[in-house]
Amino acid sequence: MKKTSIGSKLYQALVFIFLYAPIIVLIVFSFNSGKSTSVFEGFSLHWYKELFRDAATLDAFKNSMIVAVASSIIATVMGTTAATAIYGYKNKLLKSSVMTVTNIPMMNPEIVTGVSMMLLFVFIGAVFGKTGTLGFGTLIIAHTTFELPYVILNVLPKLRQTDPHLAEAAQDLGCTPLQAFFKVMLPAIMPGIISGLMMAFTLSVDDFIISYFVSGTESQTLPIRIFSMTKRRVTPDMYALSTLIFVAILVLLIVSNIISAHGDKKLSKEKGGAKK
Amino acid sequence: MNKQSSLMSRLAGAPYLVWAALFIIVPLGMVAYYAFTDSEGAFTLANLAEISKYKDTFVLSIWLGLLATVICLLIAYPLAYIMAQKGPQKQSTMTMLIMLPMWMNFLLRTYSWMTILEDYGLVNTLITSLGFEPLQLINTRGAVVLGMVYNFLPYMILPIYTVMLKTDHSLVEAAQDLGGNKLDVFRNVTIPLSVPGVVSGFTMVFVPSVSTFYISQKLGGTGTILIGDIIETQFQTANNFHLGASLSFILMILIFICLAVMNRFSDDDGGVII
Repeated sequence: MKKTSIGSKLYQALVFIFLYAPIIVLIVFSFNSGKSTSVFEGFSLHWYKELFRDAATLDAFKNSMIVAVASSIIATVMGTTAATAIYGYKNKLLKSSVMTVTNIPMMNPEIVTGVSMMLLFVFIGAVFGKTGTLGFGTLIIAHTTFELPYVILNVLPKLRQTDPHLAEAAQDLGCTPLQAFFKVMLPAIMPGIISGLMMAFTLSVDDFIISYFVSGTESQTLPIRIFSMTKRRVTPDMYALSTLIFVAILVLLIVSNIISAHGDKKLSKEKGGAKK
Repeated sequence: MNKQSSLMSRLAGAPYLVWAALFIIVPLGMVAYYAFTDSEGAFTLANLAEISKYKDTFVLSIWLGLLATVICLLIAYPLAYIMAQKGPQKQSTMTMLIMLPMWMNFLLRTYSWMTILEDYGLVNTLITSLGFEPLQLINTRGAVVLGMVYNFLPYMILPIYTVMLKTDHSLVEAAQDLGGNKLDVFRNVTIPLSVPGVVSGFTMVFVPSVSTFYISQKLGGTGTILIGDIIETQFQTANNFHLGASLSFILMILIFICLAVMNRFSDDDGGVII
């Protein structure tokens, strides 16, 4: 390999310092014994205790999990069947128009997506003469909608990679089309489904802008709770929260990296090392 | 495929088609409906006429969004280039390091910058302890652009890096064999081939930057109000859904025009963009 020059090393270091500086600040000051977020007064776990005493934040965390689990499962099931259907479409125009519509939630600014769904829910509420339509139901619908394109775009390439003759062979051997799908196609596209599911879940947990417009008062998710807390002067318990989130994500990423590295190894063994 | 399975595939697609129609297309129709009606539901152009009041806000949003996008590009391009030259092990570590901050809650990342830049924040504490005058960092346009660059930089690095990684290395070698020096090769091979990555990075940074409201609220103070802030106010506090919808409608159209222009750039043989 080429030797990297000092200039390029310095450049990389600067970019990574920029990316991590605010995160390090958060982590360091979460252990501050004082209330200040700029002067470090001494090490303490005070703000962590405080965080676990905060019922509203814990509630918001629970809501986030409910919405993320429900919406990512719905999006994965519907997205996978949709991807299989889109893959099977013979009509080019139908295929491209469905894909265009699928891309809309990814291209549109999130604020417009959020606002558009809020208007729909409020309008439907007004038609039925009800107020307060916004809540868990609308949150789950909105989250499912913006997760769907990511599931579909993760599953479609796997379908293209799978030999279509496999399903036909299974049918020749006596499987019904449904059996052929579940026994042959589904295992083949499983990696795409799982990465789609994981992406949907993390997007849901992380989403603020869309949730902000479609959630009601009793269905606050964690990002909305963070938003309302950062409206006033923040105490370091928010920092403690972000540190915990950061550590959880770090562990998740490392575990998923190990699993995928392990899977790759198994796969390359099975295929005789044909895969890179 | 036989008839039975194609019927099945059509049935499998049905729930999604209904869902997409109900929750993607109809809501966009609702935006248009609210934009062109008044509170009684009668057709009006008054909401759209009112938008002229916010012309400066639109201009400022697009200007700051563009500035942030260009800065992201200038930072990301060399980094993506350096990454693409590395060995596979280092590449995957660096990719993970770039993605990791993205998984951190966006509100908290922005909030952290607020505490760094505040009047009595980290930077100013440091500066005053060294005996200098404190600086006005927070509540400036610069801080807003910084927040945009910080939050969306990974969206610029990753697509450019992915495209560079896929670039056929034999093209670079061929250019070298034909007598091109390093700069020639970079200018005539590497840059044109990376245009698709630049275009998608540009989109992925520009769209959220133009439409943000949290970054400008936290880092821009009252002096930097962007179009996202106005829309948010209409829906969350002012309760003027009709004005909010017409602003969203215009924002959406402006962004689609920008994207269309960008895509034209990438269709033209490239090379001109930088």
